[in-house]
Amino acid sequence: MRDFYGTPLANGFMLGTAQYPSPAILAEAFRRSGASVATVSLRRESGQDRAGQDFWNLIRELGVHILPNTAGCHSVKEAVTTAHMAREVFETPWIKLEVIGEEDTLQPDVFGLVEAARILTEDGFQVFPYTTEDLVVADRLLHVGCEVLMPWGSPIGSGLGLNNIFGLRALRAHFPNVPLVIDAGLGLPSQAAAAMELGYDAILLNTAVAKAGDPAAMAEAFALALKAGKLARSADPMEPRDMAAPSTPVIGKAFLE
Amino acid sequence: MRLQLNGTQVDAEVATLAELLTAQGYGDAKVATAVNGTFVPATLRPAHALADGDSIEVLAPMQGG
Repeated sequence: MRDFYGTPLANGFMLGTAQYPSPAILAEAFRRSGASVATVSLRRESGQDRAGQDFWNLIRELGVHILPNTAGCHSVKEAVTTAHMAREVFETPWIKLEVIGEEDTLQPDVFGLVEAARILTEDGFQVFPYTTEDLVVADRLLHVGCEVLMPWGSPIGSGLGLNNIFGLRALRAHFPNVPLVIDAGLGLPSQAAAAMELGYDAILLNTAVAKAGDPAAMAEAFALALKAGKLARSADPMEPRDMAAPSTPVIGKAFLE
Repeated sequence: MRLQLNGTQVDAEVATLAELLTAQGYGDAKVATAVNGTFVPATLRPAHALADGDSIEVLAPMQGG
C-alpha cells in the first residue's frame, strides 16, 4: 500500500459521509466498511442550532483519517479560501481539492484546479486533486506539488463506474509511483474491484453506499470488492486474447466418432 | 451596525469578529470564519474589526463526499 503524503493507510477505502438515512447508519456503514478515510465538508453553521458540532463529534468517534473537501467551489479563490477554513476546523493539511467547471457533469475545471493546487501546496497543504484522467493535467498537478491524483471514474453521483478504462489504464502506466485514487462515479462493488485490478491504490465513493437500500451491507460489499481487486492485481492476471484457447488438455481425449 | 451573517442580515452592536460570534451564540463551537470572502483565522478574530456592511461566513463540519 502506497503512502499518502507519508501517511500509511490500512486500506484503500475512502468513504464519504453525506446522504445517509441517519447518523447511526453512517456509523454502522463505516464500521462494516473498515474504511480508513472519511471525507467531510464545511457548511454554514447557525449559532442557535450548532448542528455541525454533533456531526464533528460523530466523525471523530469513527477513528479514521479525515479528508475535508472543497465541494461546490467553482473558482480558485473560493476553493483556496474553503481549504484554509477546512484546515483550521479539521486540523489537517489534507484537502480534497474540487474546482467544479461544469454543472451537468460536475467535471473539474482542470485549469483552475492546477492553479489552486499550486497555491495550496505552496502554503503547506497536502492536496488530493479531484481531476480527470487527462495525462497532461496529471503531469501539471504533479509539477505544482501534488503527490496524489484522484481521477474521476465517471460523473459524481452517477454510479456509471469507470467510463474510460483506456485513459485510466494509461494514467496508471504513466505514473507508476504516484498514489492514484478513483474518485467519483462508482456505483457497484464490481466497479471498485475493476479499479483495483487496474492497479489503482484506493477508491473514494459516497453515494453508492449512502443511497443503497442497506448502506452498511453495501459498504461491506465494497470493502470485499476492494480486497478482491487488489489481490487479483497482485496475482498478475492473465493476458486477454481474442480467440479461444482450450483449457482442458486435448492430448489423451478419446476418439468417439 | 448592519452585517450579513451567513447570507442573513443581522443588526449587532459589536466591534470585532470575536464579539459577533459570542453575541450570535457560537460560544466555543468548532467553526471557521471568513469576512468579505477572506479567511480570518481564529487567533485573529479578537483583533478583526468589523465594519457596517461586512459579509461574514461562519462554517462548521458537515457531511461531505
